[in-house]
Amino acid sequence: MAELTAIQKTLLENIADLHEVPTGAYNIRSNGGMLGRNTTANIDIVTKSDKPGIDIIIKPGTKNQSVHIPVLITETGIKEMVYNEFFIGEDCDVVIVAGCGIHNGGDQDSEHSGIHTFHVGKNSKVKYVEKHYGTGEGTGERVMNPSTEIYMEEGSHLEMETIQIEGINSTERKTYAKVEDGASIVIKEKIMTHDYQVATTNFKAELVGADSSADIVSRSVAKNHSKQTFKSNIIGSNACKGHSECDAIIMDEAIVEAIPELTAANIDASLIHEAAIGKIAGEQLIKLMTLGLTEEEAEEQIINGFLK
Amino acid sequence: MLELRNVSYLVDDSDAGSQKEIIKDISLTIEDGFVAITGPNGGGKSTLAKLIAGIITPTGGQILFNGEDITNLSVTERAKKGVTYAFQQPVRFKGLTVKDLLTIAAGKNVSFNEVCGFLSEVGLCAKDYIDREVNASLSGGELKRIEIAMAIARKTPLTLFDEPEAGIDLWSFQNLIHVFENIHNKSGGSIIIISHQERILNIADRIIVLANGEIKDSGTKEEVLPKLLAGAAPSPAIPTDSSLGCPTLLNKMQ
Repeated sequence: MAELTAIQKTLLENIADLHEVPTGAYNIRSNGGMLGRNTTANIDIVTKSDKPGIDIIIKPGTKNQSVHIPVLITETGIKEMVYNEFFIGEDCDVVIVAGCGIHNGGDQDSEHSGIHTFHVGKNSKVKYVEKHYGTGEGTGERVMNPSTEIYMEEGSHLEMETIQIEGINSTERKTYAKVEDGASIVIKEKIMTHDYQVATTNFKAELVGADSSADIVSRSVAKNHSKQTFKSNIIGSNACKGHSECDAIIMDEAIVEAIPELTAANIDASLIHEAAIGKIAGEQLIKLMTLGLTEEEAEEQIINGFLK
Repeated sequence: MLELRNVSYLVDDSDAGSQKEIIKDISLTIEDGFVAITGPNGGGKSTLAKLIAGIITPTGGQILFNGEDITNLSVTERAKKGVTYAFQQPVRFKGLTVKDLLTIAAGKNVSFNEVCGFLSEVGLCAKDYIDREVNASLSGGELKRIEIAMAIARKTPLTLFDEPEAGIDLWSFQNLIHVFENIHNKSGGSIIIISHQERILNIADRIIVLANGEIKDSGTKEEVLPKLLAGAAPSPAIPTDSSLGCPTLLNKMQ
Protein backbone atom coordinates (compact mmCIF):
# COMPACT_ATOMS: atom_id res chain seq x y z
CA MET A 1 0.00 0.00 0.00
CA ALA A 2 1.12 3.54 -0.73
CA GLU A 3 2.83 5.49 2.03
CA LEU A 4 0.40 7.72 3.99
CA THR A 5 0.94 11.49 3.90
CA ALA A 6 0.98 13.55 7.09
CA ILE A 7 -2.52 14.90 6.39
CA GLN A 8 -3.87 11.41 5.75
CA LYS A 9 -2.33 10.23 9.01
CA THR A 10 -3.94 13.09 10.96
CA LEU A 11 -7.33 12.33 9.44
CA LEU A 12 -6.94 8.63 10.19
CA GLU A 13 -6.05 9.34 13.79
CA ASN A 14 -9.08 11.55 14.22
CA ILE A 15 -11.65 9.31 12.61
CA ALA A 16 -10.41 5.86 13.50
CA ASP A 17 -7.82 6.29 16.29
CA LEU A 18 -5.37 4.70 13.88
CA HIS A 19 -1.75 5.69 13.89
CA GLU A 20 -0.68 3.31 11.17
CA VAL A 21 -2.29 0.96 8.74
CA PRO A 22 -4.78 -1.14 10.74
CA THR A 23 -4.42 -4.82 11.45
CA GLY A 24 -7.10 -7.18 10.23
CA ALA A 25 -9.43 -6.38 7.38
CA TYR A 26 -9.52 -2.86 6.04
CA ASN A 27 -10.34 -0.73 3.05
CA ILE A 28 -9.05 2.81 2.89
CA ARG A 29 -10.70 5.06 0.34
CA SER A 30 -8.96 8.28 -0.50
CA ASN A 31 -10.06 11.02 -2.90
CA GLY A 32 -12.49 8.71 -4.62
CA GLY A 33 -10.04 5.86 -5.20
CA MET A 34 -8.75 2.90 -3.25
CA LEU A 35 -5.65 3.56 -1.18
CA GLY A 36 -5.35 0.14 0.36
CA ARG A 37 -7.26 -3.03 1.20
CA ASN A 38 -6.69 -6.14 3.21
CA THR A 39 -8.99 -9.12 3.57
CA THR A 40 -8.78 -12.00 6.01
CA ALA A 41 -9.92 -15.64 5.99
CA ASN A 42 -13.23 -14.61 7.52
CA ILE A 43 -13.76 -11.13 6.17
CA ASP A 44 -13.92 -10.42 2.47
CA ILE A 45 -14.12 -6.99 0.86
CA VAL A 46 -15.31 -6.76 -2.74
CA THR A 47 -15.67 -3.66 -4.92
CA LYS A 48 -19.23 -3.18 -6.12
CA SER A 49 -19.60 -3.60 -9.86
CA ASP A 50 -22.77 -1.54 -10.44
CA LYS A 51 -21.99 1.57 -8.34
CA PRO A 52 -19.18 3.05 -6.27
CA GLY A 53 -18.65 1.26 -2.99
CA ILE A 54 -17.80 -2.08 -1.47
CA ASP A 55 -19.42 -5.19 -0.07
CA ILE A 56 -18.04 -6.43 3.22
CA ILE A 57 -18.84 -10.06 3.77
CA ILE A 58 -18.29 -11.52 7.22
CA LYS A 59 -18.50 -15.30 7.53
CA PRO A 60 -20.86 -16.85 10.12
CA GLY A 61 -19.18 -17.49 13.47
CA THR A 62 -16.50 -14.79 13.05
CA LYS A 63 -15.54 -13.61 16.52
CA ASN A 64 -13.34 -10.86 17.93
CA GLN A 65 -12.36 -9.44 14.55
CA SER A 66 -12.48 -5.93 13.23
CA VAL A 67 -12.96 -4.15 9.91
CA HIS A 68 -11.80 -0.61 9.26
CA ILE A 69 -13.19 1.27 6.28
CA PRO A 70 -12.10 4.89 6.62
CA VAL A 71 -12.67 7.46 3.89
CA LEU A 72 -10.22 10.31 3.42
CA ILE A 73 -10.64 13.38 1.27
CA THR A 74 -7.67 15.68 0.97
CA GLU A 75 -8.30 17.30 -2.42
CA THR A 76 -10.62 20.24 -2.72
CA GLY A 77 -13.76 19.96 -4.84
CA ILE A 78 -14.33 16.22 -4.54
CA LYS A 79 -17.95 15.11 -4.44
CA GLU A 80 -18.75 11.47 -4.05
CA MET A 81 -21.56 9.10 -3.22
CA VAL A 82 -20.52 5.72 -1.91
CA TYR A 83 -22.56 2.60 -1.19
CA ASN A 84 -21.10 0.20 1.36
CA GLU A 85 -22.98 -2.94 2.26
CA PHE A 86 -22.19 -5.21 5.18
CA PHE A 87 -23.30 -8.83 5.21
CA ILE A 88 -22.71 -10.17 8.69
CA GLY A 89 -23.32 -13.89 9.09
CA GLU A 90 -24.91 -15.61 12.08
CA ASP A 91 -23.24 -15.79 15.50
CA CYS A 92 -20.57 -13.20 14.79
CA ASP A 93 -18.99 -10.78 17.22
CA VAL A 94 -17.21 -8.02 15.30
CA VAL A 95 -16.18 -4.39 15.46
CA ILE A 96 -16.63 -2.17 12.41
CA VAL A 97 -14.96 1.21 12.27
CA ALA A 98 -15.99 3.59 9.52
CA GLY A 99 -15.69 7.33 9.39
CA CYS A 100 -14.73 10.10 7.08
CA GLY A 101 -12.10 12.77 7.35
CA ILE A 102 -12.05 15.75 5.03
CA HIS A 103 -9.11 18.10 4.75
CA ASN A 104 -10.15 20.93 2.51
CA GLY A 105 -7.35 23.34 1.82
CA GLY A 106 -8.97 24.87 -1.26
CA ASP A 107 -11.90 27.05 -2.16
CA GLN A 108 -14.20 24.41 -3.63
CA ASP A 109 -16.63 22.34 -1.60
CA SER A 110 -15.70 18.78 -0.68
CA GLU A 111 -18.56 16.44 -0.09
CA HIS A 112 -18.86 12.83 0.99
CA SER A 113 -22.19 11.05 1.09
CA GLY A 114 -22.26 7.44 2.12
CA ILE A 115 -25.02 4.90 2.34
CA HIS A 116 -24.16 2.07 4.67
CA THR A 117 -26.41 -0.93 4.78
CA PHE A 118 -26.05 -3.59 7.46
CA HIS A 119 -27.54 -7.05 7.36
CA VAL A 120 -26.91 -8.42 10.83
CA GLY A 121 -27.32 -12.19 11.03
CA LYS A 122 -29.07 -14.13 13.77
CA ASN A 123 -27.53 -13.77 17.25
CA SER A 124 -24.64 -11.69 15.98
CA LYS A 125 -23.11 -8.87 17.94
CA VAL A 126 -21.79 -5.82 16.12
CA LYS A 127 -20.17 -2.69 17.36
CA TYR A 128 -20.15 0.01 14.71
CA VAL A 129 -18.18 3.21 15.21
CA GLU A 130 -18.43 6.12 12.81
CA LYS A 131 -16.51 9.36 13.31
CA HIS A 132 -16.61 12.46 11.18
CA TYR A 133 -13.97 15.09 11.20
CA GLY A 134 -13.07 18.05 9.07
CA THR A 135 -10.05 20.29 8.89
CA GLY A 136 -8.19 22.54 6.46
CA GLU A 137 -7.69 26.23 6.05
CA GLY A 138 -9.55 26.52 2.75
CA THR A 139 -12.79 28.38 2.25
CA GLY A 140 -14.47 25.39 0.60
CA GLU A 141 -17.26 23.75 2.58
CA ARG A 142 -16.81 20.31 4.12
CA VAL A 143 -20.07 18.44 3.74
CA MET A 144 -21.00 14.94 4.89
CA ASN A 145 -24.30 13.16 4.54
CA PRO A 146 -24.16 9.69 6.01
CA SER A 147 -27.13 7.35 5.70
CA THR A 148 -27.27 4.09 7.57
CA GLU A 149 -29.77 1.31 7.14
CA ILE A 150 -29.69 -1.56 9.58
CA TYR A 151 -31.61 -4.81 9.27
CA MET A 152 -31.38 -6.86 12.40
CA GLU A 153 -32.29 -10.52 12.43
CA GLU A 154 -33.52 -12.47 15.44
CA GLY A 155 -31.47 -12.16 18.61
CA SER A 156 -28.86 -9.86 17.10
CA HIS A 157 -27.41 -6.83 18.82
CA LEU A 158 -25.86 -3.74 17.29
CA GLU A 159 -24.31 -0.81 19.05
CA MET A 160 -23.65 2.22 16.92
CA GLU A 161 -21.52 5.13 18.01
CA THR A 162 -21.61 8.17 15.79
CA ILE A 163 -19.37 11.08 16.56
CA GLN A 164 -18.93 14.44 14.88
CA ILE A 165 -16.82 16.78 16.92
CA GLU A 166 -15.30 19.32 14.62
CA GLY A 167 -15.01 20.92 11.28
CA ILE A 168 -18.04 19.72 9.33
CA ASN A 169 -19.95 22.64 7.86
CA SER A 170 -23.05 20.77 6.97
CA THR A 171 -24.30 17.31 7.72
CA GLU A 172 -27.52 15.45 7.32
CA ARG A 173 -27.53 12.09 9.00
CA LYS A 174 -30.21 9.51 8.40
CA THR A 175 -30.33 6.27 10.32
CA TYR A 176 -32.97 3.61 9.91
CA ALA A 177 -33.22 0.32 11.76
CA LYS A 178 -35.63 -2.58 11.47
CA VAL A 179 -35.44 -4.80 14.51
CA GLU A 180 -36.75 -8.38 14.56
CA ASP A 181 -37.60 -10.77 17.44
CA GLY A 182 -35.31 -10.47 20.45
CA ALA A 183 -32.91 -8.14 18.64
CA SER A 184 -31.69 -4.89 20.10
CA ILE A 185 -30.04 -1.73 18.86
CA VAL A 186 -28.26 0.96 20.82
CA ILE A 187 -27.32 4.23 19.09
CA LYS A 188 -25.13 6.80 20.77
CA GLU A 189 -24.67 10.08 18.97
CA LYS A 190 -22.28 12.86 19.91
CA ILE A 191 -22.21 16.11 18.01
CA MET A 192 -20.54 19.44 18.44
CA THR A 193 -21.17 22.25 16.01
CA HIS A 194 -19.61 25.67 15.90
CA ASP A 195 -19.52 28.84 13.77
CA TYR A 196 -22.29 28.62 11.17
CA GLN A 197 -22.41 24.82 10.92
CA VAL A 198 -25.65 22.97 10.39
CA ALA A 199 -26.28 19.41 11.56
CA THR A 200 -29.47 17.44 11.17
CA THR A 201 -29.96 13.94 12.46
CA ASN A 202 -32.89 11.77 11.77
CA PHE A 203 -33.32 8.42 13.49
CA LYS A 204 -36.07 5.98 12.71
CA ALA A 205 -36.37 2.61 14.38
CA GLU A 206 -39.05 0.09 13.58
CA LEU A 207 -39.47 -2.44 16.35
CA VAL A 208 -41.29 -5.18 14.51
CA GLY A 209 -40.14 -8.18 16.53
CA ALA A 210 -41.34 -9.49 19.90
CA ASP A 211 -38.98 -8.42 22.71
CA SER A 212 -37.06 -6.14 20.39
CA SER A 213 -35.59 -2.93 21.71
CA ALA A 214 -34.05 0.36 20.64
CA ASP A 215 -32.15 2.87 22.73
CA ILE A 216 -31.19 6.12 21.01
CA VAL A 217 -29.15 8.62 22.99
CA SER A 218 -27.92 11.89 21.53
CA ARG A 219 -25.67 14.31 23.34
CA SER A 220 -24.76 17.52 21.60
CA VAL A 221 -23.20 20.91 22.04
CA ALA A 222 -24.13 23.79 19.76
CA LYS A 223 -21.83 26.82 19.82
CA ASN A 224 -21.68 30.21 18.09
CA HIS A 225 -24.31 30.50 15.33
CA SER A 226 -24.62 26.80 14.57
CA LYS A 227 -27.91 25.00 14.21
CA GLN A 228 -28.81 21.45 15.11
CA THR A 229 -31.96 19.48 14.52
CA PHE A 230 -32.63 16.17 16.20
CA LYS A 231 -35.46 14.03 14.95
CA SER A 232 -36.27 10.59 16.21
CA ASN A 233 -39.10 8.25 15.51
CA ILE A 234 -39.55 4.93 17.22
CA ILE A 235 -42.35 2.76 15.97
CA GLY A 236 -43.32 -0.22 18.11
CA SER A 237 -45.58 -2.74 16.46
CA ASN A 238 -44.91 -5.65 18.80
CA ALA A 239 -44.10 -6.23 22.47
CA CYS A 240 -41.00 -4.05 22.58
CA LYS A 241 -39.10 -1.38 24.41
CA GLY A 242 -38.00 1.90 22.86
CA HIS A 243 -36.19 4.82 24.42
CA SER A 244 -34.83 7.97 22.87
CA GLU A 245 -33.04 10.79 24.59
CA CYS A 246 -31.78 14.11 23.30
CA ASP A 247 -29.62 16.10 25.63
CA ALA A 248 -28.16 19.33 24.29
CA ILE A 249 -26.04 22.16 25.60
CA ILE A 250 -26.75 25.39 23.82
CA MET A 251 -24.26 28.27 23.78
CA ASP A 252 -23.92 31.73 22.27
CA GLU A 253 -26.43 32.29 19.46
CA ALA A 254 -26.92 28.65 18.54
CA ILE A 255 -30.24 26.96 17.82
CA VAL A 256 -31.18 23.41 18.77
CA GLU A 257 -34.40 21.75 17.69
CA ALA A 258 -35.58 18.44 19.11
CA ILE A 259 -38.47 16.72 17.41
CA PRO A 260 -39.27 13.39 18.99
CA GLU A 261 -41.89 11.04 17.68
CA LEU A 262 -43.18 7.81 19.15
CA THR A 263 -45.69 5.49 17.57
CA ALA A 264 -47.07 2.55 19.52
CA ALA A 265 -49.08 0.06 17.49
CA ASN A 266 -49.19 -2.73 20.05
CA ILE A 267 -50.53 -2.70 23.60
CA ASP A 268 -47.25 -4.15 24.87
CA ALA A 269 -45.06 -1.57 23.20
CA SER A 270 -43.37 0.58 25.81
CA LEU A 271 -41.87 3.76 24.36
CA ILE A 272 -40.20 6.68 26.11
CA HIS A 273 -38.71 9.92 24.91
CA GLU A 274 -36.66 12.41 26.90
CA ALA A 275 -35.36 15.74 25.63
CA ALA A 276 -33.49 18.47 27.44
CA ILE A 277 -31.92 21.57 25.93
CA GLY A 278 -30.22 24.17 28.06
CA LYS A 279 -27.15 26.20 28.67
CA ILE A 280 -24.33 25.10 30.97
CA ALA A 281 -25.60 25.49 34.52
CA GLY A 282 -24.01 28.47 36.28
CA GLU A 283 -23.44 26.45 39.42
CA GLN A 284 -21.38 23.91 37.43
CA LEU A 285 -19.08 26.69 36.23
CA ILE A 286 -18.81 28.15 39.72
CA LYS A 287 -18.03 24.79 41.29
CA LEU A 288 -15.13 24.21 38.91
CA MET A 289 -13.95 27.79 39.41
CA THR A 290 -13.81 27.20 43.18
CA LEU A 291 -11.44 24.35 42.31
CA GLY A 292 -9.14 26.82 40.56
CA LEU A 293 -10.25 26.68 36.91
CA THR A 294 -10.97 29.82 34.91
CA GLU A 295 -14.43 30.18 33.44
CA GLU A 296 -13.14 29.13 29.99
CA GLU A 297 -11.33 26.10 31.41
CA ALA A 298 -14.44 25.15 33.38
CA GLU A 299 -16.58 25.39 30.23
CA GLU A 300 -14.13 23.20 28.33
CA GLN A 301 -14.11 20.54 31.06
CA ILE A 302 -17.91 20.46 31.19
CA ILE A 303 -18.24 20.12 27.40
CA ASN A 304 -15.48 17.51 27.12
CA GLY A 305 -17.06 15.48 29.90
CA PHE A 306 -20.52 15.81 28.37
CA LEU A 307 -19.32 14.57 24.97
CA LYS A 308 -16.89 11.95 26.29
CA MET B 1 -5.69 34.22 58.20
CA LEU B 2 -8.95 35.73 57.01
CA GLU B 3 -10.16 39.16 57.90
CA LEU B 4 -13.52 40.77 57.15
CA ARG B 5 -13.66 44.54 57.59
CA ASN B 6 -17.14 46.09 57.77
CA VAL B 7 -18.49 43.69 55.17
CA SER B 8 -22.06 44.19 54.12
CA TYR B 9 -24.23 42.72 51.41
CA LEU B 10 -27.36 44.38 50.14
CA VAL B 11 -29.83 42.94 47.67
CA ASP B 12 -32.81 44.49 45.97
CA ASP B 13 -36.09 43.35 47.44
CA SER B 14 -38.39 43.82 44.47
CA ASP B 15 -41.57 43.07 46.46
CA ALA B 16 -40.89 45.71 49.04
CA GLY B 17 -39.38 48.03 46.47
CA SER B 18 -36.42 48.57 48.78
CA GLN B 19 -33.06 47.01 49.59
CA LYS B 20 -32.53 44.21 52.07
CA GLU B 21 -29.36 43.85 54.06
CA ILE B 22 -28.36 40.18 54.18
CA ILE B 23 -25.00 40.86 55.84
CA LYS B 24 -24.78 43.90 58.06
CA ASP B 25 -21.38 45.52 58.58
CA ILE B 26 -19.57 42.43 59.80
CA SER B 27 -15.99 42.70 61.04
CA LEU B 28 -14.30 39.46 61.88
CA THR B 29 -10.84 37.93 62.08
CA ILE B 30 -10.47 34.20 61.61
CA GLU B 31 -7.19 32.74 62.84
CA ASP B 32 -5.91 29.28 62.10
CA GLY B 33 -7.95 26.44 63.52
CA PHE B 34 -11.60 25.40 63.54
CA VAL B 35 -14.27 28.01 63.41
CA ALA B 36 -17.91 27.01 63.45
CA ILE B 37 -20.58 29.37 62.22
CA THR B 38 -24.07 28.62 63.42
CA GLY B 39 -27.40 30.39 63.69
CA PRO B 40 -30.92 30.21 62.28
CA ASN B 41 -31.69 29.56 58.63
CA GLY B 42 -31.82 32.78 56.66
CA GLY B 43 -29.39 34.38 59.11
CA GLY B 44 -26.73 34.96 56.44
CA LYS B 45 -24.37 32.01 56.98
CA SER B 46 -24.24 30.74 53.39
CA THR B 47 -24.14 34.31 52.08
CA LEU B 48 -21.09 34.93 54.24
CA ALA B 49 -19.43 31.78 52.82
CA LYS B 50 -20.19 32.91 49.25
CA LEU B 51 -18.71 36.35 49.99
CA ILE B 52 -15.53 34.71 51.25
CA ALA B 53 -15.31 32.37 48.22
CA GLY B 54 -15.95 35.25 45.83
CA ILE B 55 -19.18 33.89 44.34
CA ILE B 56 -20.79 37.17 45.35
CA THR B 57 -19.06 40.50 45.98
CA PRO B 58 -19.76 42.56 49.07
CA THR B 59 -21.64 45.82 48.56
CA GLY B 60 -19.43 47.34 51.26
CA GLY B 61 -16.28 46.58 53.19
CA GLN B 62 -13.14 44.56 52.53
CA ILE B 63 -12.04 40.95 52.70
CA LEU B 64 -8.38 40.24 53.42
CA PHE B 65 -6.68 36.88 53.09
CA ASN B 66 -3.22 36.56 54.59
CA GLY B 67 -3.01 40.35 54.64
CA GLU B 68 -3.94 40.76 50.97
CA ASP B 69 -7.13 42.52 49.90
CA ILE B 70 -9.10 39.92 47.92
CA THR B 71 -12.42 41.80 47.85
CA ASN B 72 -12.36 42.25 44.09
CA LEU B 73 -10.70 38.99 43.13
CA SER B 74 -12.66 36.41 41.15
CA VAL B 75 -13.67 32.97 42.37
CA THR B 76 -10.80 31.45 40.36
CA GLU B 77 -8.20 33.87 41.72
CA ARG B 78 -9.27 33.21 45.29
CA ALA B 79 -9.25 29.46 44.68
CA LYS B 80 -5.69 29.75 43.40
CA LYS B 81 -4.71 31.71 46.50
CA GLY B 82 -5.95 28.86 48.64
CA VAL B 83 -9.65 29.31 49.35
CA THR B 84 -11.78 26.17 49.10
CA TYR B 85 -15.54 26.10 49.37
CA ALA B 86 -17.48 22.86 49.80
CA PHE B 87 -21.06 23.57 48.74
CA GLN B 88 -24.10 22.86 50.84
CA GLN B 89 -25.76 21.43 47.76
CA PRO B 90 -23.14 19.72 45.60
CA VAL B 91 -23.42 20.12 41.84
CA ARG B 92 -23.98 17.22 39.45
CA PHE B 93 -22.08 16.92 36.17
CA LYS B 94 -23.16 14.72 33.29
CA GLY B 95 -20.06 13.05 31.95
CA LEU B 96 -17.48 14.15 34.52
CA THR B 97 -16.36 11.32 36.75
CA VAL B 98 -15.33 11.28 40.40
CA LYS B 99 -11.74 10.95 39.22
CA ASP B 100 -12.08 13.93 36.85
CA LEU B 101 -13.32 16.16 39.66
CA LEU B 102 -10.69 14.98 42.13
CA THR B 103 -8.00 15.56 39.50
CA ILE B 104 -9.22 19.12 38.93
CA ALA B 105 -9.42 19.65 42.70
CA ALA B 106 -5.89 18.37 43.27
CA GLY B 107 -4.64 20.53 40.40
CA LYS B 108 -2.55 17.67 39.02
CA ASN B 109 -2.87 14.13 37.78
CA VAL B 110 -3.63 11.86 40.67
CA SER B 111 -2.76 8.20 40.98
CA PHE B 112 -5.28 5.53 41.88
CA ASN B 113 -3.74 5.33 45.34
CA GLU B 114 -4.18 9.05 45.91
CA VAL B 115 -7.81 8.92 44.76
CA CYS B 116 -8.28 5.94 47.01
CA GLY B 117 -6.90 8.01 49.90
CA PHE B 118 -9.26 10.94 49.29
CA LEU B 119 -12.29 8.69 48.93
CA SER B 120 -11.60 6.37 51.82
CA GLU B 121 -11.42 9.38 54.14
CA VAL B 122 -15.06 10.05 53.34
CA GLY B 123 -15.97 6.39 53.59
CA LEU B 124 -16.24 5.58 49.89
CA CYS B 125 -14.47 2.69 48.20
CA ALA B 126 -12.38 4.01 45.31
CA LYS B 127 -12.97 0.92 43.18
CA ASP B 128 -16.73 1.52 43.23
CA TYR B 129 -16.60 5.25 42.68
CA ILE B 130 -13.50 6.36 40.77
CA ASP B 131 -15.10 6.00 37.33
CA ARG B 132 -18.64 6.87 38.34
CA GLU B 133 -20.13 9.90 36.69
CA VAL B 134 -21.10 12.62 39.13
CA ASN B 135 -24.64 12.64 37.76
CA ALA B 136 -28.15 11.87 38.91
CA SER B 137 -27.20 8.25 39.59
CA LEU B 138 -25.43 9.29 42.80
CA SER B 139 -27.44 9.84 45.98
CA GLY B 140 -27.34 13.11 47.91
CA GLY B 141 -25.19 11.53 50.60
CA GLU B 142 -22.70 10.17 48.06
CA LEU B 143 -22.46 13.58 46.39
CA LYS B 144 -21.87 15.23 49.72
CA ARG B 145 -19.01 12.86 50.50
CA ILE B 146 -17.44 13.47 47.08
CA GLU B 147 -17.77 17.22 47.69
CA ILE B 148 -15.83 16.79 50.94
CA ALA B 149 -13.26 14.54 49.21
CA MET B 150 -12.60 17.39 46.73
CA ALA B 151 -11.85 19.71 49.65
CA ILE B 152 -9.44 17.09 51.00
CA ALA B 153 -7.75 16.84 47.59
CA ARG B 154 -7.32 20.61 47.43
CA LYS B 155 -5.51 20.86 50.77
CA THR B 156 -5.66 24.67 50.96
CA PRO B 157 -5.00 27.07 53.86
CA LEU B 158 -8.69 28.01 54.06
CA THR B 159 -11.52 25.53 53.69
CA LEU B 160 -15.18 26.44 54.03
CA PHE B 161 -17.73 23.68 54.58
CA ASP B 162 -21.38 24.66 54.23
CA GLU B 163 -23.44 22.27 56.34
CA PRO B 164 -21.23 19.24 55.66
CA GLU B 165 -23.38 17.06 57.89
CA ALA B 166 -26.52 17.37 55.79
CA GLY B 167 -27.28 13.99 54.26
CA ILE B 168 -24.46 12.23 56.12
CA ASP B 169 -25.76 9.39 58.25
CA LEU B 170 -25.13 8.75 61.90
CA TRP B 171 -22.56 6.02 61.27
CA SER B 172 -20.27 8.31 59.31
CA PHE B 173 -20.72 11.32 61.52
CA GLN B 174 -17.71 10.51 63.67
CA ASN B 175 -15.68 9.99 60.50
CA LEU B 176 -16.68 13.42 59.29
CA ILE B 177 -15.16 14.93 62.41
CA HIS B 178 -12.00 12.92 61.75
CA VAL B 179 -11.94 14.36 58.23
CA PHE B 180 -11.85 17.91 59.60
CA GLU B 181 -9.14 16.98 62.06
CA ASN B 182 -7.09 15.32 59.32
CA ILE B 183 -7.40 18.33 57.02
CA HIS B 184 -6.28 20.54 59.86
CA ASN B 185 -3.36 18.28 60.80
CA LYS B 186 -2.18 18.01 57.22
CA SER B 187 -2.56 21.54 55.94
CA GLY B 188 -2.92 23.67 59.06
CA GLY B 189 -4.75 26.87 58.20
CA SER B 190 -8.36 27.70 58.90
CA ILE B 191 -11.38 25.49 58.59
CA ILE B 192 -14.72 27.24 58.69
CA ILE B 193 -17.70 24.97 59.15
CA ILE B 194 -21.25 26.17 58.87
CA SER B 195 -23.27 23.79 60.98
CA HIS B 196 -26.26 23.25 63.23
CA GLN B 197 -24.72 20.16 64.79
CA GLU B 198 -23.73 20.23 68.42
CA ARG B 199 -21.08 17.58 67.83
CA ILE B 200 -19.42 19.72 65.18
CA LEU B 201 -19.70 22.86 67.29
CA ASN B 202 -18.04 20.85 70.06
CA ILE B 203 -14.78 20.44 68.14
CA ALA B 204 -14.59 24.13 67.19
CA ASP B 205 -11.96 26.40 68.66
CA ARG B 206 -14.40 29.21 68.18
CA ILE B 207 -18.11 29.47 67.57
CA ILE B 208 -19.70 32.39 65.78
CA VAL B 209 -23.45 32.84 65.98
CA LEU B 210 -24.89 34.66 63.00
CA ALA B 211 -28.50 35.85 62.93
CA ASN B 212 -30.21 38.55 60.88
CA GLY B 213 -26.93 39.24 59.11
CA GLU B 214 -25.14 40.16 62.30
CA ILE B 215 -22.76 38.44 64.67
CA LYS B 216 -24.86 37.76 67.74
CA ASP B 217 -22.20 35.94 69.69
CA SER B 218 -18.63 34.79 69.27
CA GLY B 219 -16.26 32.95 71.54
CA THR B 220 -14.97 29.59 72.68
CA LYS B 221 -17.33 26.64 72.83
CA GLU B 222 -17.30 26.92 76.61
CA GLU B 223 -18.55 30.46 76.34
CA VAL B 224 -21.04 30.07 73.49
CA LEU B 225 -22.42 26.54 73.63
CA PRO B 226 -24.11 26.75 77.02
CA LYS B 227 -25.99 29.85 75.90
CA LEU B 228 -27.02 28.17 72.66
CA LEU B 229 -28.20 25.08 74.48
CA ALA B 230 -30.11 27.13 76.97
CA GLY B 231 -31.84 28.80 74.07
CA ALA B 232 -30.57 32.21 75.18
CA ALA B 233 -29.13 33.11 71.83
CA PRO B 234 -29.97 33.20 69.12
CA SER B 235 -33.70 33.28 69.25
CA PRO B 236 -36.01 31.83 68.12
CA ALA B 237 -34.46 28.42 67.70
CA ILE B 238 -31.71 26.87 65.69
CA PRO B 239 -33.53 24.76 63.18
CA THR B 240 -33.05 21.07 63.04
CA ASP B 241 -32.41 18.86 60.10
CA SER B 242 -34.62 15.86 60.59
CA SER B 243 -32.69 13.83 58.06
CA LEU B 244 -29.62 13.74 60.24
CA GLY B 245 -30.78 11.01 62.55
CA CYS B 246 -28.72 12.37 65.40
CA PRO B 247 -29.42 14.82 68.14
CA THR B 248 -29.35 18.45 67.12
CA LEU B 249 -29.42 21.55 69.14
CA LEU B 250 -33.12 21.94 68.77
CA ASN B 251 -33.73 18.49 70.22
CA LYS B 252 -31.66 19.49 73.20
CA MET B 253 -33.64 22.63 73.57
CA GLN B 254 -37.03 20.97 73.57
